[in-house]
Amino acid sequence: MGREQPGSEGGAAVKYIDEFQDPELARRLLDDIHTTVTRPWALMEVCGGQTHSIIRHGIDQLLPEQLELIHGPGCPVCVTPLEVIDKALEIASRPGVIFCSFGDMLRVPGTGRDLFQVRGEGGDVRVVYSPLDALRIAQQNPDREVVFFGIGFETTAPPNAMTVHQASRLGLTNFSMLVSHVRVPPAIEAIMQSPSCRVQGFLAAGHVCSVMGIGEYPGLADRYRVPIVVTGFEPLDILEGVRRTVRQLERGEHTVENAYPRAVRAEGNQAARAMLADVFEVTDRAWRGIGVIPDSGWRLSARYRDYDAEHRFSVTGIDTREPAECRSGEVLQGLLKPNQCEMFGTTCTPRNPLGATMVSSEGACAAYYLYRRLDLTAAPLEASPVV
Amino acid sequence: MCLAVPGRVTEIEERDGTRMATVDFGGVVKEVCLEYLPDLQVGEYAIVHVGFALQRLDEEAAKQTLELFAELGLLQEEFGDPWESAAEAGGAPWDESSRAPKGAQQ
Amino acid sequence: MSETTQLLPGTTEPVRPDPAAWTCPAPLRDYPRIVMGHGGGGALSAELVEHIFAPAFGGETLAQLGDSAAVTLAGARLAFSTDSYVVRPLFFPGGSIGDLAVNGTVNDLAMRGARAAYLSCGFILEEGVEMSVVARVAEALGAAARAAGVEVATGDTKVVESGHGDGVFLNTAGIGLIPPGVDLRPQRVVPGDVVVVSGDIGVHGVAIMSVREGLEFGVEIESDCAALGELVDAMLAVTPDLHVLRDPTRGGLAAALNEIATASGTGIVIQERAVPVPPGVANACAILGLDPMYVANEGKLVAFVPREHADAVLGAMRSHRLGANAAVIGEVVADHPTMVVARTGLGGTRVVDLPIGEQLPRIC
Repeated sequence: MGREQPGSEGGAAVKYIDEFQDPELARRLLDDIHTTVTRPWALMEVCGGQTHSIIRHGIDQLLPEQLELIHGPGCPVCVTPLEVIDKALEIASRPGVIFCSFGDMLRVPGTGRDLFQVRGEGGDVRVVYSPLDALRIAQQNPDREVVFFGIGFETTAPPNAMTVHQASRLGLTNFSMLVSHVRVPPAIEAIMQSPSCRVQGFLAAGHVCSVMGIGEYPGLADRYRVPIVVTGFEPLDILEGVRRTVRQLERGEHTVENAYPRAVRAEGNQAARAMLADVFEVTDRAWRGIGVIPDSGWRLSARYRDYDAEHRFSVTGIDTREPAECRSGEVLQGLLKPNQCEMFGTTCTPRNPLGATMVSSEGACAAYYLYRRLDLTAAPLEASPVV
Repeated sequence: MCLAVPGRVTEIEERDGTRMATVDFGGVVKEVCLEYLPDLQVGEYAIVHVGFALQRLDEEAAKQTLELFAELGLLQEEFGDPWESAAEAGGAPWDESSRAPKGAQQ
Repeated sequence: MSETTQLLPGTTEPVRPDPAAWTCPAPLRDYPRIVMGHGGGGALSAELVEHIFAPAFGGETLAQLGDSAAVTLAGARLAFSTDSYVVRPLFFPGGSIGDLAVNGTVNDLAMRGARAAYLSCGFILEEGVEMSVVARVAEALGAAARAAGVEVATGDTKVVESGHGDGVFLNTAGIGLIPPGVDLRPQRVVPGDVVVVSGDIGVHGVAIMSVREGLEFGVEIESDCAALGELVDAMLAVTPDLHVLRDPTRGGLAAALNEIATASGTGIVIQERAVPVPPGVANACAILGLDPMYVANEGKLVAFVPREHADAVLGAMRSHRLGANAAVIGEVVADHPTMVVARTGLGGTRVVDLPIGEQLPRIC
């Protein structure tokens, strides 16, 4: 009863996606932004998912020239520290281990290799959609050690926390997690503390706030006198985030606004936050290319230590090496444009990434790489949004 | 960082002591863990990330947001905006007249 | 290296950007071993062919690097192609490895304008695979060959030890005659050509993903696996002067367009909203973080048609069952040579690059 047909054959459009891609409404938002902007502003979209959407829809090309969007560090591919990647490679190489990961992490370069190569060398590396899939694999393979690569921000942390909790509840002894979670607010703080910080306004990551709420942001907005607008991921959401941030900047305001009310409540998701507090504890965390940011990460709390892959596999003494050529840390903080790096586009390309920011399509350098190639061809067709 | 998609709950069941839902994403159906939204009901929408419903989608808020965007347009002034014809982009891509003027956006 | 010390967790150095101390990952110049991406139809596959196979084999014909080769033998112009098939699961919604093995090779020949005449078929079977599975694959293969009007003329069987295969691997090769006046190759593409796709994209890839271990989702989508010989005949009946055809299999439409842009030295502009993407494909891609432009097809083609013939060719395609949803999706331009650029629904642009390797579900 009450059950409707879930769409016709082949499926219907997902509700609440297409409506937020409407070109006519986008034009209205853009018009408003164009009339509001009177001088240059530099905004940072914190989240890689937003960067992806901006590139995917060509949004940055439609904004006024005075507006610069700086692609922020909200991408686990870019910021998961090399040391952790190397631990993942080491664990995944061990006989008897099934190493499960989100697809994102397979191409991230560690010291000299990536997870794809571990698989090529005989490692059992599996891509899963959900951490619960890894749990199921552990149940189906009681004679194998199943390790899940628990990376990501506040959005991905609750699913991973629940998975550890379930493993504990089910008494699974062959499941563990390599945890390297990161938190957004300390990263925003670190960026604002940088002496050469150029960011004047933030589009905060909507789905992070779906979980955490917005309580962590008013203090930041006050302390650094910077507007923070909680922003979604569809094109209209991003334009609305930009519009509200710019409006604040032009008025000299710096408050926290929620431009993504359909998915974000002020208090976040209480059940998820309670689980996070139980399973994880806050820790200092290194961000790849940036350095250690105090209190910016989560690790498994003491009572779940048995599920910590680092303990189970005692991965120490790994020779972690990074050459000093890559300047992705500066890029991620908006201090350097990717094409200002001397390696950019020559030594470092998406096919041969020197740094993680060149790996994923939402990585700041990879995104920039495409546009630089376009600029070089000086093609009028791409230089203009006119059809 | 976080690819999360709105989907509609079509069925809810308890499995191995875990609250699970069947969620429909416009004809694509996935099993989703409901532990973080235990009072979500069949017919409601949720934001789903890596197999977990993380927040209820507020349909009324969505509607209001879209209405706000629509109202913005009414105040819009005429100025030589370069994306005027964007909406028609898909129309006749092979039409010569659809080519951009050189250096239209400088 | 001293630069790395600041990255070790547990230290609490203040975060002060110091350009001289920034560290970054080691470069991965080359893969010393084969990885999955080398078979993905993207940049890694292309490099493998370019750097290892082409130099080793030499020969002018291979240098064509098309889906199939055009060769002249005793005065006859033949299209000649081979392809191997490794798919998991062996049976999927809308088809099986047997259907793929016939239609894939038939389509490779069709992309030269040739109707497939004869196929060879090699079975590589894993020790222990059930006889009934082999029989089902063989039946599907036979039925697909009959449907495509091609004869399986020769074959081979090998068995590998348990654990050294994935049930059933297939290889087929095929030959067919290229009609007089037909010369389909990317080098003929010129600015002004119109780009036509024969129907909904991404269907096969999504159908396969929906039943793949670890990804399973419910969707009422079946593989579009089909033989395109008839459709191509109908198009060539309008004019033999089509410039190039491609079936956008691995790597999807994006890979096919990039290959043509590179080989022809032209630029391609795609109108994203004109590309037919069925809702099931769009929604599955939305969940998994994939781009439909990179998802595989097995019963679609993309055609580069001289502008003056575009309407007539499109009409002929639409009146064929396999081209009913054909659409003009873009054009060839002189600007940005070798690059494929998509104009987005909002009126922005993006570069549609050659995929690096296999497209994976992402969370970010």
